[in-house]
Amino acid sequence: MSLTRRGLLAATAASAVPMSARAQRPTLKIGVLTDLAGVYQDIVGPLAVECTRLAIADFGVSAKGFDVEIVTADHQNKPDIGASLARQWYDRDGVDIIMEGGSSAVALAVAAVAKDKNKAYINSGGATSDLTGTMCNAQTLHWTYDTYMLAKSTGGAMVKSGGDSWFFITADYAFGHALTRDVGSFVEQGGGKVLGKVATPFPGTTDFSAFLLQAQASGAKVIGLANAGADTINCIKQAREFGIKATLGGLLVFLSDVHSLGLEVCNGLVLTESFYWDLNDRTRAFSERLKAKSPARRAGMAQAGCYSSALHYLKVANDVGVGKFKAAGGADVIEMLKKMPTDDDVFGAGSIRPDGRVIHPSYLFQVKKPSESKGPWDYYKLLSTTPTDQAFRPIADGRCPLIKA
Amino acid sequence: MFGFTRQQGIAFLVMFAAVVIAPFFLYPVFLMKVLCFALFACAYNLLIGYVGLGSFGHAAFFGMGGYIAAYTAKKWGFNPEIAIITGAGAGAVLGAVFGWLSIRRQGIYFAMITLALSQMVYFFCNQAPFTGGEDGIQQVPRGNLFGLISLQSDMTMYVVVSVVFLFGFLLIHRIVHSPFGQVLKAIRENEPRATSLGYRTNDYKLIVFILSAGIAGLAGGTKSLVFGIATLTDVANAMSGEVILMTLLGGMGTIFGPVLGAIMIGSIENYLAQLGAWFAVTQGVIFVLCIMFFRRGLLGELAARLKLSL
Repeated sequence: MSLTRRGLLAATAASAVPMSARAQRPTLKIGVLTDLAGVYQDIVGPLAVECTRLAIADFGVSAKGFDVEIVTADHQNKPDIGASLARQWYDRDGVDIIMEGGSSAVALAVAAVAKDKNKAYINSGGATSDLTGTMCNAQTLHWTYDTYMLAKSTGGAMVKSGGDSWFFITADYAFGHALTRDVGSFVEQGGGKVLGKVATPFPGTTDFSAFLLQAQASGAKVIGLANAGADTINCIKQAREFGIKATLGGLLVFLSDVHSLGLEVCNGLVLTESFYWDLNDRTRAFSERLKAKSPARRAGMAQAGCYSSALHYLKVANDVGVGKFKAAGGADVIEMLKKMPTDDDVFGAGSIRPDGRVIHPSYLFQVKKPSESKGPWDYYKLLSTTPTDQAFRPIADGRCPLIKA
Repeated sequence: MFGFTRQQGIAFLVMFAAVVIAPFFLYPVFLMKVLCFALFACAYNLLIGYVGLGSFGHAAFFGMGGYIAAYTAKKWGFNPEIAIITGAGAGAVLGAVFGWLSIRRQGIYFAMITLALSQMVYFFCNQAPFTGGEDGIQQVPRGNLFGLISLQSDMTMYVVVSVVFLFGFLLIHRIVHSPFGQVLKAIRENEPRATSLGYRTNDYKLIVFILSAGIAGLAGGTKSLVFGIATLTDVANAMSGEVILMTLLGGMGTIFGPVLGAIMIGSIENYLAQLGAWFAVTQGVIFVLCIMFFRRGLLGELAARLKLSL
């Protein structure tokens, strides 16, 4: 191929056009840091990324005069990897906000980086209520749920629905004991009784039969599963095999767990989520739209939370003006996010508290019997709703350093 | 100097230059992580490469060093240099206990004892209140070096980490090339013979075990200050596996090999994070290829081909 002056000029012009076009349109860069291949990949993972994309599509960014770019990475559930990816994104790759951010330890680590670099961070999948408690900071929001909300709804609301005597199967580490303590206190506040608890070695316990039989023998109406992940799944399976009559109260169980275990095994299980696809017209509409991107899977609350948070972020960015928004530090961005009430198809109307807690109602569900289920993903029936103002820990009890008493 | 041969001297200068230049081209936090892992791998190599003791529990020293450094820096307000040294001390103390028990056996039995002990440390860290359980110790301040120089900037921290790394590296090199190191190699080659020559081999093994554990603790303590966190990842079994992988990939029993191994594993972990599951697959494939084609590790094969001792 011979080089001609005309060709060269044309090539220069052609390459200059998209560049100048890009220069005119400011771009927000959202980093979705999640577990793409590990134990939480079904709770957040690739579908959380899809939910974020859907938020961008729904918001209609292209018509608003700016662009949004998404980058994703896998924190492999290792806090040090999560923290170093977060640093890299903020420092070098020009990421404006990190979303999702996985398990509790990773979430706390990323929140610390966000504070350090004064950049914005919105967590959806992490459970620890410390994120808006003793470890809270001005750069971080906690969007979807936390351990307090789960304990309050599963413990408190369950007692009201008749499950007033409890026995706990507790994973023997800090998280398991904290969960047992929190749920136990809600049960007792509601007028229920805790008949006993048994600690199971963690990690590595696979045979829960002795513990389940002990729970059965206590005569409790509800067996609280103060554990997570594989432990919970093994408990549920083995309870079914032993024909345990008591209701199982799952404290960290998600829609995807129910989906992979099947209704045959799970039916009767009681659990708490802040979102379910078949809850109302808006959640159904959201799930219909998501179906185009993910035909096989329905979003659980942590994934739907990514949609909700991304949509709110874009709304505020558009309101404030993207240029100004991009130039602001993390604390200022989060402050602007806090000012606007949230409203979307996932959680309905809600708001963000000064301590970074995003509040909306929580729902106590029971898993349907196979005969009650009308089709794929028709898993839950609603037992009770905890209204927005009661669903989360009162702001004064969190000991968040941002809140001056 | 330091008992380097000419080639090793050149290789060291190349490495030194790379350490100095790298932060201007690559992301310093990533480099700090690689340096911490490189030091950890060098410490492991001291034990497996030069004495032939294959420990499966080195994460215990690395992780405990990290926890102690993080705890003392955060709760007791230790200066970073004191916190790191305390971390190294914690690694060494733990190493003394582990070593005292485990060097009485050899081969697979030795490996199993270290594995069992490190699992005990893992469960201890999972339960003990001071470690923060599965959330770990978070928001550890980097503090001020000697109470004067703030380490908040990544570049300043990088200088500290590279000094720690070079110090550890030279220390290991010095150990290996001292008369003490000659005895270690003699033990590796033929322990009964070394005994018959009048060396108390168990004393030598215990001392080098403590040294290795102490340097691993040094690396762990430095890492926890770099990232401001100390978590269960660092004491977990997988970390013991990772350091074995680094050492084997780079070249066991070569002084520079573990550094190369750490760079490779660190880069894979960092740059393939976007690929999700492919990260583990890639790591596995590289390991299998290395075992099949580079049995002495990358640098080990290179050194053998060029007839150099690196």
